[in-house]
Amino acid sequence: MSLVVRDLVIDLDGRRVVDGVSFAVPDGARVGLIGESGSGKSLTALAVLGLLPQGAEASGSITWNGRELIGRPDRELARLRGDEIGIIFQEPRTALNPIRTVGRQIAESVRIHEGLGRRAAAARAVAEARRVFLPDPQRIVKRYPHELSGGQRQRVGIAIALACGPQLLIADEPTTALDVTIQAEILELLRGLVEESGMSLVFITHDLAVLSQIATDGVVLAQGRVVESAPVRDLLTQPRSTITQALLRDAKSTLWRTGGPS
Amino acid sequence: MTALIQATGLTRRHPLPKESLFERQRFATALEDADLTVGDGEAVGLIGESGSGKTTLVRLLLALDSPTSGSVSFDGRPVDARASARSLHWLRRATGIVFQDPYASLDPRMNIGRIVGEPLWALGIDGDRRARVREVLEWVGLEAEMTDRYPHEFSGGQRQRIALARAIVHRPRVLVGDEPLSALDVTVRAQILDLLRALRRDEGMTLVLVSHDIGVVRNLCDAVAVMKDGRIVESGATDRVLEHPEHDYTRHLLASIPVIDP
Repeated sequence: MSLVVRDLVIDLDGRRVVDGVSFAVPDGARVGLIGESGSGKSLTALAVLGLLPQGAEASGSITWNGRELIGRPDRELARLRGDEIGIIFQEPRTALNPIRTVGRQIAESVRIHEGLGRRAAAARAVAEARRVFLPDPQRIVKRYPHELSGGQRQRVGIAIALACGPQLLIADEPTTALDVTIQAEILELLRGLVEESGMSLVFITHDLAVLSQIATDGVVLAQGRVVESAPVRDLLTQPRSTITQALLRDAKSTLWRTGGPS
Repeated sequence: MTALIQATGLTRRHPLPKESLFERQRFATALEDADLTVGDGEAVGLIGESGSGKTTLVRLLLALDSPTSGSVSFDGRPVDARASARSLHWLRRATGIVFQDPYASLDPRMNIGRIVGEPLWALGIDGDRRARVREVLEWVGLEAEMTDRYPHEFSGGQRQRIALARAIVHRPRVLVGDEPLSALDVTVRAQILDLLRALRRDEGMTLVLVSHDIGVVRNLCDAVAVMKDGRIVESGATDRVLEHPEHDYTRHLLASIPVIDP
């Protein structure tokens, strides 16, 4: 059960935006992709899911449990998404369908992938809502996204991603749009869920502090290339690449404290 | 230090839409009984989560909105937001503002020279205006020749420099920043932070900074006010508030901030 990305190249409208990215996510690993905007981290993740935008072309190799994903028909990739690989997006407001209840959105993937009937899927939605600690799950599944707070919406996003029990979760800046207190809660929730289920995690972020809270290994990207990959501990204590050093220095310059128990 | 801005008992309520014709008018309170003093040359940070009233407070300080009750005075002179635009020229001359999103805050159809120079013309400030625009562009680290170019030709960090140049071109006494660093990558954030520091050091400019980033506030501000649900729950010297928070909410907020934790 593992993801291996090898020499991934992505051209977007004739421009090379990802240029030879390689990394592996072994079973149960928690890997962070870190870099600034435009470094190619999000496109790399989207390529794994076969969700690249129009005009983007991927080449190289992405294997999931030994199967090559690049060049696969979308129908097969769609079966994989949600079932074996789940994704959480940055902005839960735009990721959710505004005119469907959150329960129906959580139930959708189990109805599709597990063929559950309407009633069983509705019951499952309540159970999944409880799993992500949404308050009053019986009632909240009947509400619409705009009736929820940002943190609650992101919990719904997580419930949707996890409903089918994926083996790999891809989280694309899932806390960037949230307030810091809510960010702390969501990170805590994700950490717990990942540990409890033993699934692997690819966590995309621009924030070294957040990375250090959730990932065990880090892949540093800049301008579409991997500049360093190492255990997070090493990235923070002995960064080799000048880019990692700069990221660390800049992060520290605006951090209000470093290290130690909080 | 004499008080440059003094806000007393500021409250701002917004009427809520009625659900029935005979219903009593209900209000949403954006800001409740806020007192704030900003000394001449002082840097004050406003921290708190989204919806806590930070932006409402600075809008009232700048007479971009009028309070339901309470008052603001600037350099001893009462600020009346309901007065005509012309009669607020004195306040506009004395203040400048930088917003969060440099993609939304620059008119895409105006060239950089016009964007940066507009306050000089609008406020009727005499002197060699073109020379002042070139001077301030160079000060923020851009080239004076860029005046003929348009916002879309610039990166996010460059745009925020342009926005900063516009905010200080008329040499205001107070610069207000509403999350001026939040939309920027860490490396760019550090550069803009340096510019803000230089403004304080070299020009003695007074700074009011809205930020959810405690690191930025600690770096830049002498005093800080913590906001929650429309109220200032705690305020004081930055070191005192951050090192020895007295209010439970402040403690919770500080404990939520991720630390670099190898």
